[in-house]
Amino acid sequence: MNTLFDKIWDRHVVQKVTDGPEQLYIDRMYCHEVTSPQAFEGLRQRGLRCFRPEKIVCMPDHNIPTVGQDKPIEDAVSRCQVETLKRNAEEFGLTHYDMFSKDNGIIHVVGPETGLSLPGMTIVCGDSHTSTHGALGAVAFGIGTSEVEMVMASQCILQQKPKSMRITIDGCLGEGVSAKDVALFLMARLTTGGATGYFVEYAGQVVRDMSMESRLTLCNLSIEMGARGGLIAPDEKTFSYLKDRKHSPKGKEWTDAVEYWRTLKSDCDAVFDKEVRFDGSEIDPFVTYGTNPGMGISIGETIPLLEDVDRNEHDSFTKALDYMGLVPGRKMLGLKIDYVFLGACTNGRIEDFRAFASIVEGRKKSDGVTAWLVPGSWAVDRQIRDEGLDIILAKAGFEIRQPGCSACLAMNGDKVPAGKYAVSTSNRNFEGRQGPGARTILASPMTAAAAAVTGVITDPRTLLRGFQG
Amino acid sequence: MKQKFDIIISSCIPLPLDNVDTDQIIPARFLKSTDKNGFGQNLFRDWRFDKEGNPIKDFVLNNPLYSGCILVVGKNFGSGSSREHAAWALAGYGFRVVISSFFADIHRNNELNNFILPVTVSENFLETLFKDIREDSRTQVRVDLPNQRVTNMKSLQSEHFEIDPYKKHCLMNGLDDIDFLLQNKDKTEQWEKMNSSMEE
Repeated sequence: MNTLFDKIWDRHVVQKVTDGPEQLYIDRMYCHEVTSPQAFEGLRQRGLRCFRPEKIVCMPDHNIPTVGQDKPIEDAVSRCQVETLKRNAEEFGLTHYDMFSKDNGIIHVVGPETGLSLPGMTIVCGDSHTSTHGALGAVAFGIGTSEVEMVMASQCILQQKPKSMRITIDGCLGEGVSAKDVALFLMARLTTGGATGYFVEYAGQVVRDMSMESRLTLCNLSIEMGARGGLIAPDEKTFSYLKDRKHSPKGKEWTDAVEYWRTLKSDCDAVFDKEVRFDGSEIDPFVTYGTNPGMGISIGETIPLLEDVDRNEHDSFTKALDYMGLVPGRKMLGLKIDYVFLGACTNGRIEDFRAFASIVEGRKKSDGVTAWLVPGSWAVDRQIRDEGLDIILAKAGFEIRQPGCSACLAMNGDKVPAGKYAVSTSNRNFEGRQGPGARTILASPMTAAAAAVTGVITDPRTLLRGFQG
Repeated sequence: MKQKFDIIISSCIPLPLDNVDTDQIIPARFLKSTDKNGFGQNLFRDWRFDKEGNPIKDFVLNNPLYSGCILVVGKNFGSGSSREHAAWALAGYGFRVVISSFFADIHRNNELNNFILPVTVSENFLETLFKDIREDSRTQVRVDLPNQRVTNMKSLQSEHFEIDPYKKHCLMNGLDDIDFLLQNKDKTEQWEKMNSSMEE
């Protein structure tokens, strides 16, 4: 009768507040430097300590420079925020991976790859992309700083239980189509508010066939449809991904855990508040043309005409296209671009670097393009080098920078200049997101790679080996 | 910030745009503070000021015709980033109520946790209100939290709005969730004991 989401959520309800929300127990909280300082300050003002410090892990990622991490951060305000996190972690007795640690990286990359995030857990962070961890079969969602303070103080949070939605994607994806394209497709179909109020379970053959990295990408983008989170039932792929990770259970604890995790799936007769179904074979590489992630089209399509847009949205649509320097009815293919960004909690994992390398191998970076390739963590960086991807990328004229959130939100020095077009594997194309006036086109790692070597928006499938034009 | 809430009557500041995300409410480069103060001056920064920091005349916050502590915005307000800085910026600027036909989840919670009241109204109410404000910038709205009613004082259109009874109690009495959670620590510890087998 129960959905996977119900099973995990209900088990963590400490109590239901009369006529109000539920008090939900949190198994793991991550803190980064941007959304935590005011929460620590709140604790100090109330004279409180962290209730369960061992369940909280801190790491700076938003302000981290992607070159010269061995030197102090140049920007004084960024440096202050990063140092404040370290001081707070020390004062409150929390685990902290600082910028120089080989365990550092983007929280949403490090959590899964170290086994800090596990199936069945409730996971929160003051960051909307906490939904990423749902790929392991966890209930993971972003919260505000007041809520971060609540969890610090009590290991609990007060929340209304969201409604449940299942998105089933049948069939299989074509070559050159990735989890990122699936997510951009879903946002375009459901809109950026289409899943607001819901927690999404992703299901279907396409999802079952996805690697863990792809599932992490898919769940990462749940928030861009407005969903509080997204999750996927854990399976053998999940277990083999987690086995022997640094913080995964070991020995008998592992066996017991896997036994429990196998029960974490929606019952056959589970009822969802909303169900939608798509055919994976109909999904093409996708790009955005506007200023929210739902404004996307298949790469070969043209930007919608004004008359095809809901009348109430004409102003927002026109404002978005003005900002992007684009016009209704034009093709995205062939648009000259200036920057390429591979990275972020969305697409900064090893599989993303493999995909990028597969396209640029034997080709050269276009002269007009500035490319930032930023691994999601030091572990990803090590694997890139172990697999020799760094050599392929270097031969094609690309260098690898140091891990961090980087140009996804441009809080460090990686800013796209005003008016320039950036093909970005990150998660948001909002106005100014990658720097004031920057024009972001969201795409998959392969589409970003195709743009990087051609200098224009290019269908990555035309660059695949054996392509017959 | 813990300002008790009752009835508010105010003129409005209209922003008739949909999908206003939290990156627009407060851009990322202004998130580097380690306290909650000063965000109001950067509210809607890149719509409000040009590159040199001069006010952009066309933007509604720079238009002296409009004033008040109620922001009226298009649907899906506060989508995107979870940054509570967006709520601190709205509160810091002086807003106490935001009226829209649809709010993004996390931002809505962030507003409530900062004693800003998000009022969800019907599309029709919102459209009429935008029209009335356009025709008369002094159009007032009455927000009555105890009775959960919002009234357009020009057209006299009035609607019931939803709010969780617990949150309503918190807003009316200046209480926050941490007060509640601290009082319930024994229940949390009980839960931990019952679920210790789940521990890693």
